Amino acid sequence: MAMEYLGLSDINGPLVAIDGVENASYEEMVEIKTKDGVRTGRVVALEGKRAVVQVFAGTNGLTLSGTSTRFTGEPMRLALAPEIVGRIFNGAGEPIDGLGPVFASRFDDINGSAINPVSRSYPRNYIRTGISSIDTLITLIRGQKLPIFSGSGMSHNKLAAQIVRQAKLSGEKTENFGIVFCAMGVTKDVAEYFRRSFEESGALSRVTMFLNLSSDPIIERILTPRCALTAAEYLAFEQNMHVLVVMTDMTSYAEALREFSSSKGEIPGRKGYPGYLYSDFASLYERAGVIEGREGSVTQIPILTMPNDDITHPIPDLTGYITEGQIVLDRYLDQQGIYPPISVLPSLSRLMKDGIGKGFTREDHADVSNQLFASYAKVSDARGLASVIGEEELSTTDKLYLDFGNHFEHEFLGQGADEDRTIDQSLDLGWRLLSILPREELERIDEKVLEQHYGKH
Amino acid sequence: MKDTIYSINGPVVTVRDTDSFGMMEMVYVGNAGLIGEVIHVSDDRTTIQVYENTTGLSVGEPVKGTGAPLSATLGPGIMENIFDGIERPLGEIAEKNGAFIATGVHVSSLDETRKWDVTVTVKPGASVRGGDVIATCPETSIITHKSMVPPDVSGTVIWAAEDGAYTVTDPICKVKTPEGEEKTLCLAQRWPIRVPRPVQDREVIGRPLITGQRVIDTLFPIAKGGVAAIPGGFGTGKTMTQHQLAKWCDADIIIYVGCGERGNEMTQVLNEFRELEDPKSGKPMTQRTVLIANTSNMPVAAREASIYTGITLAEYYRDMGYDVAMMADSTSRWAEALREISGRLEEMPAEEGFPAYLPSRLAAFYERAGCVKNLNGSTGSVSVIGAVSPQGSDFSEPVTQNTKRFVRCFLALDKSLAYARHYPAINWTISYSEYYEDLDPYYIANVGEDFCKMRGRMLGLLSEENKLMEIVKLIGSDVLPDSQKVTLEVARVIRVGFLQQNAFHKNDTYVPLSKQMWMMEAILHLYDRAVELVGAGVPVSAMSEAGLFDKLIKVKYEIPNDKPEMFGQYNQELDAMCAELLEKQKPLNAAKAEGK
Repeated sequence: MAMEYLGLSDINGPLVAIDGVENASYEEMVEIKTKDGVRTGRVVALEGKRAVVQVFAGTNGLTLSGTSTRFTGEPMRLALAPEIVGRIFNGAGEPIDGLGPVFASRFDDINGSAINPVSRSYPRNYIRTGISSIDTLITLIRGQKLPIFSGSGMSHNKLAAQIVRQAKLSGEKTENFGIVFCAMGVTKDVAEYFRRSFEESGALSRVTMFLNLSSDPIIERILTPRCALTAAEYLAFEQNMHVLVVMTDMTSYAEALREFSSSKGEIPGRKGYPGYLYSDFASLYERAGVIEGREGSVTQIPILTMPNDDITHPIPDLTGYITEGQIVLDRYLDQQGIYPPISVLPSLSRLMKDGIGKGFTREDHADVSNQLFASYAKVSDARGLASVIGEEELSTTDKLYLDFGNHFEHEFLGQGADEDRTIDQSLDLGWRLLSILPREELERIDEKVLEQHYGKH
Repeated sequence: MKDTIYSINGPVVTVRDTDSFGMMEMVYVGNAGLIGEVIHVSDDRTTIQVYENTTGLSVGEPVKGTGAPLSATLGPGIMENIFDGIERPLGEIAEKNGAFIATGVHVSSLDETRKWDVTVTVKPGASVRGGDVIATCPETSIITHKSMVPPDVSGTVIWAAEDGAYTVTDPICKVKTPEGEEKTLCLAQRWPIRVPRPVQDREVIGRPLITGQRVIDTLFPIAKGGVAAIPGGFGTGKTMTQHQLAKWCDADIIIYVGCGERGNEMTQVLNEFRELEDPKSGKPMTQRTVLIANTSNMPVAAREASIYTGITLAEYYRDMGYDVAMMADSTSRWAEALREISGRLEEMPAEEGFPAYLPSRLAAFYERAGCVKNLNGSTGSVSVIGAVSPQGSDFSEPVTQNTKRFVRCFLALDKSLAYARHYPAINWTISYSEYYEDLDPYYIANVGEDFCKMRGRMLGLLSEENKLMEIVKLIGSDVLPDSQKVTLEVARVIRVGFLQQNAFHKNDTYVPLSKQMWMMEAILHLYDRAVELVGAGVPVSAMSEAGLFDKLIKVKYEIPNDKPEMFGQYNQELDAMCAELLEKQKPLNAAKAEGK
């Protein structure tokens, strides 16, 4: 039997303390009734008869005496049913589209549980995005978590929307393909941009949205990705859907976490972020994957804006250590008007090597990709040299590298926001560019493969 | 009085006013019986770190002591298994709970129903000491398990079982200790994970851990019983390098600890090792491998324990006389787990929030590696290869710096090499190995007399290149004299043809020492001939055009590991090319002389 407690003992930022509590459990949900309505919260620390509760909607207007608190005895759960597809929820998982509550077939703990490593099946089916640079060099695999590292003002949203629009599984039906969109601290405009882009592509009916906009309560932001991922796991592992989760913006999420941590008086780690930021990120990112014996999959594309474009900042840094690669956007390319401005050298897809090649994409895929990386790496050397001694003074080979670099950036990286290239088109284009270089420079490719493709496209 | 939970904060739980628990004692927390460990005791409260998710735990739930420190169960059945950080078999957890890991699952570490085909090696009346083998059984088709008398037991055998099929808990023999106590020994024993298993003596390090990776074996060798660290930012190939070492190094047993890393990576190791053949026996690699998987989203306290569980298992097999290699990926996650717990305990932080005891913990861990004479007289070794994930790829951060103090082989992975897809991205200018002196006699005796000399020459060329590249970056390579251009070209051959190694090519993923040496010899031969040609006035550009340098780059793919005689042919072809170049140059030189 749940008890109600009158009054609070302490209010500090998003946290309140309640004394005299019996038998409260860690991380259970509480309901705080005020005269204006009910706010929900979660127990974040227990000490004797004192419970510290994090109030999601914030503590503005709470008073020490005018409240009554009920402990529900349950962790926070999300109402789930196949009908959540196409619905819009707020950051705490409550419907905000005016279509009424979800008639839930089950309630799942939003914190989820770790997937047992022995029950995972290794992801190896590639997702075609229609974007040359991603398909060829940073191939996205079903069940992967592949973040986009961007900076303020760059076209990460456009890119994410294009990926969602064009993402295809070869030979798969589209019915079991779903999208979960999770907005954390983004502006109304950005959320609207995504909604419109889903609508235009006819995908809206397959999208489940969780919106915590920049004007919404900050603490709720900590719940948003957990709700979204719980929904994604449900759709993937119970409803057999292939779910693509777009999470933007992880930087706002981390900042919410920092705010919460500092109000709790925790000892800060790097740049004031809590010491457990890595574990916390992992508890989100690791919820991507494929489980043996189940049909669905969860693929994540988290988006984060690197503060000051600094890839060594704790947020991108810790993310990169957990995710299976990263797509890094580059301001210089962006300023050149190249879209998508993907900086290929620091970008990487860890799972691609097992999802490409014969039987998946094309036999020569790995060769082309390795060689494009290696050759493009030499372009920057040649450019560096040219800026010192002048382009005229460069050796013939170096001049060819400059030429290759320009073509690569404008033709291979650059493509239209609606241009959907097949893998064959992308690979052939890659060969055409590689053929600019002298054959002996292509040291990553086997003679036989060169014989077949060099200068033939 | 019953001991109950007083406070809960993340994985840290306290109990008030009790003296029932000892420091480092393992306890069961709450009604679900979550596993925890006492990490602080004071007169008014006892602090416990819990190895499972504490969501749903309530104040007032009971805490029960076990009277023993957190221990690993050691016995047959460890091999081929995959455990979590506190040695719970993940396979059984999956069977019990499905694809997601639940809390409060109680499974025994080893299968207690499985019967092993045991040969008992002691007879009544024999006197035994700690470490003596009491029984053997084939644990897998390539590993013979030797059950031993626990290190703290000695005495006279008063009863021994017949050979036959026994489970890990069946009595194998009874020992009467000098104090008159009777002890029953089984196939399995328990050992506290934070305490090193005792040894008789340390042996001198003198055998290399052969990995088949050229840059490691030749330039920065690791010794059996040695310690190496592989630091690198994300995307530089730490895990890839660890996997390669686990697959190919010539240890008898591999303990692979995935400490706070990706779930999919563990699945990959699991899948790949099932398919891979052990080069020595042709049996699946899993038969000599133990995996410990505590992925980043599994409880943080168990992540801290996983490293100790791993090294305890390693020491146990070492005691049987095996060479064990332990891969820890990554020790930074372990250090971060320490930091996280320390933060929850509100300890005073030192550098970057890490606790002040970080260096001493690191030292204590790495010190458990070594080549030793076991209590039973056999010789075994534990080599530890720890990956380090420096924050922001900055090697000056505390974990990398402190690790550097305790390891003797430092294989630094470099972002710019990884960006250029130069794998393994081990930077040859900042990596080092202190094992040269210990291992050189082995190389000289077993590989080739000139091996060490050639290595020295190659390192010399690489550092020369490094110096020249500074100039090239400023003014281009065209202005360098031919004698220096040769150095650049040959250094390129070394980089691309020797240091780069393709893990996905069947001839290149593993290269035996003999081929490594032949390759070195061929490259240095090329260098000598090229220098001669330069002396004769042949321009380097002519040599490049003739394909003199590129020829060697592809040797690694073209010559299979079992056909070293093909090198002779290569060298002959090379010599022929040189002679031809020289021949062409003669009239030009003559013309030049006439012109003068």
